[in-house]
Amino acid sequence: MGEPAVKIEESKVVADEGLNRGMERLTPEKIEKVIQSVLKSETGSRLKVYVDTCVHCGLCSEACHFYLSNEKNPSFSPAGKVKQTLWEMLKQKGKVSPEFIRRASEIASTECNLCRRCSMYCPFGIDIAYLMLVVRRICHKLGVTPQYIQSTAHSHSATMNQMWVKEDEWIDSLMWQEEEAREEFPNLRIPLDKEGADIFYSVIAPEPKFRAQLIYQAAAIMHKAGLDWTMPSTPGWDNSDMCMYTGDNEVMGRLKKAHFESAMKLRVKRIVMGECGHAFRSVYDMGNRWLTWRMPPVPVTHAIEFYAELFKAGKIKLAKKYEQPVTLHDPCNIVRGRGLHEMARYVVNETCEKFIEMEPNREHNFCCSAGGGVINCGPPFRNKRVEGNKVKAEQLFVAKSKGAKTVIAPCHNCHGGLEDIIHHYGLGMELKFLGDIIYECMEK
Amino acid sequence: MHGLYNFVSGPMVWIAFILFIGGCLYRLVSLASLAKEKDTAVYAYMDFYYALRSIFHWIIPFGSENMRRQPLMTLFTFAFHICLICVPLFLFAHVVLWKESWNISWGFLSDSTADVMTLIVIASCIFFLVRRLTRPEVKFLTNRSDFIILAIVAAPFITGFWAYHQWAGYRMMLILHILSGEIMLIAIPFSRLSHAIFFPLTRGYMGSEFGAVKNAKDW
Repeated sequence: MGEPAVKIEESKVVADEGLNRGMERLTPEKIEKVIQSVLKSETGSRLKVYVDTCVHCGLCSEACHFYLSNEKNPSFSPAGKVKQTLWEMLKQKGKVSPEFIRRASEIASTECNLCRRCSMYCPFGIDIAYLMLVVRRICHKLGVTPQYIQSTAHSHSATMNQMWVKEDEWIDSLMWQEEEAREEFPNLRIPLDKEGADIFYSVIAPEPKFRAQLIYQAAAIMHKAGLDWTMPSTPGWDNSDMCMYTGDNEVMGRLKKAHFESAMKLRVKRIVMGECGHAFRSVYDMGNRWLTWRMPPVPVTHAIEFYAELFKAGKIKLAKKYEQPVTLHDPCNIVRGRGLHEMARYVVNETCEKFIEMEPNREHNFCCSAGGGVINCGPPFRNKRVEGNKVKAEQLFVAKSKGAKTVIAPCHNCHGGLEDIIHHYGLGMELKFLGDIIYECMEK
Repeated sequence: MHGLYNFVSGPMVWIAFILFIGGCLYRLVSLASLAKEKDTAVYAYMDFYYALRSIFHWIIPFGSENMRRQPLMTLFTFAFHICLICVPLFLFAHVVLWKESWNISWGFLSDSTADVMTLIVIASCIFFLVRRLTRPEVKFLTNRSDFIILAIVAAPFITGFWAYHQWAGYRMMLILHILSGEIMLIAIPFSRLSHAIFFPLTRGYMGSEFGAVKNAKDW
């Protein structure tokens, strides 16, 4: 029976209830049955060709921040992670031990951000993120998923949002932000359920929960640009999606359906979403595919694209430019996932006095190590995540030594990840969203 | 020995080519139909222009970021693959065989050029072997099949070089040369050497996803 390829010392086993209790419930028969059923009925040519084509060259290794940050330990290389999970499952035809599944879940959920950098380093373009998602799917069906992210998946399933925000709390948060903003902009409105509006603005649930000022800022930008916009009062307002990352594809589908349908019900022209990366991946790339939409059924515009549009049309006037020198972190899901890097640079140059590139950048930027649901796996895996991204700290440090004082990260997960990295490595840099900068500098 | 020679240079050639060509077709057709059944998205997102754009960047030496980061590996990989394909196709002795059997012919390499190219293939195989044994990230991924595949690829070139130079026991080497070449042909569709036929598909698909959907470069 397949056992974990790399034995982990007792002390290094992370205590996670979701993984431990899930593992205890497993039987060899159940494991074999689930692995076989996922491999047979849910995967096909892609998995087959990816496994048959990999020549074990190891060239993907240098792409991975986990590998680079862990003294080039090969068990952290992209193909190394596939070897410790899928290859073994395939080789043993699903006959692997409960300990193996626990370890596989930990590898796929907490040692890979699905950032897809390795696909750009593999000569064959093997989609290793996809393979890790297959592992997560198997572990999900076996009930072995880290506890914290599983809890957000439960929230999604019960409330259609990530943070257990109740319907009245959602509406209340919007009205609260509207009231606050009206002190600064007397005529400002956050229009709820306005039929036929040009823009349907959607956010992730952490915004009403603990970053409500972002809704305030978005409303201020919409107001000053004189746009016809709305936000929905009913479930479907949250564009986030942790189920995409736990392998719970069924709930991912329900979430995206609720999101698209609330936009369609209001007959809006398009969805504009806040500065979030994973939500964009869910709406633009994965959720729509699960629902068999080749492209999203309602046009989707990410905040970066939206800001660039506003500046090009001259709809936002600036009172000043942001003075401190800034550097820009390219989030994987909107750069490797949508190519918005040049637009982001356009907006940064429009709004900031001095822009300093970090190296590598654009498609080749290093991941924040928070994405792909890794930060959502919570405190048990925090150290591994932060220490597993020393290269990011080094990259930020170089930008800092060139003068950058502020890091702009137009993605919520990147924010969470970079915040931890800046704090842990004592980098002393400020962290901002593009919206923060625009709000701070625009004519009010 | 004559019987053996007649077998490997007669019926076995037919068997090898039939398995090679038939096997490649079978792998491609079965993959295409599996994709149609289970991965219809592959067809929906495949984009000819972006597939070619990506393939182009990855078949040009140093055309991708990773190739520039690994210059030695890039040099050996390209030299190896170019020689691996050209020597068997354009070796004078091989061209003569085609001429004698089918009365078709094409250009050929001078023997000294072919000799050097053969040595490049052998040297590359040694490089790959050493790399596999010494680089931790490659060693971690390595299993027995990797050495077998390397041996399958190196064998026709080592034996061919030996036979051409008529070193001791070259008659036996010639038989082994033919046999190992046939084994390699048969192994292409049925081992991880199939990366030769799947490269345009995997690279093309990633290129299409990156180019047409994600609006980004993948090199």
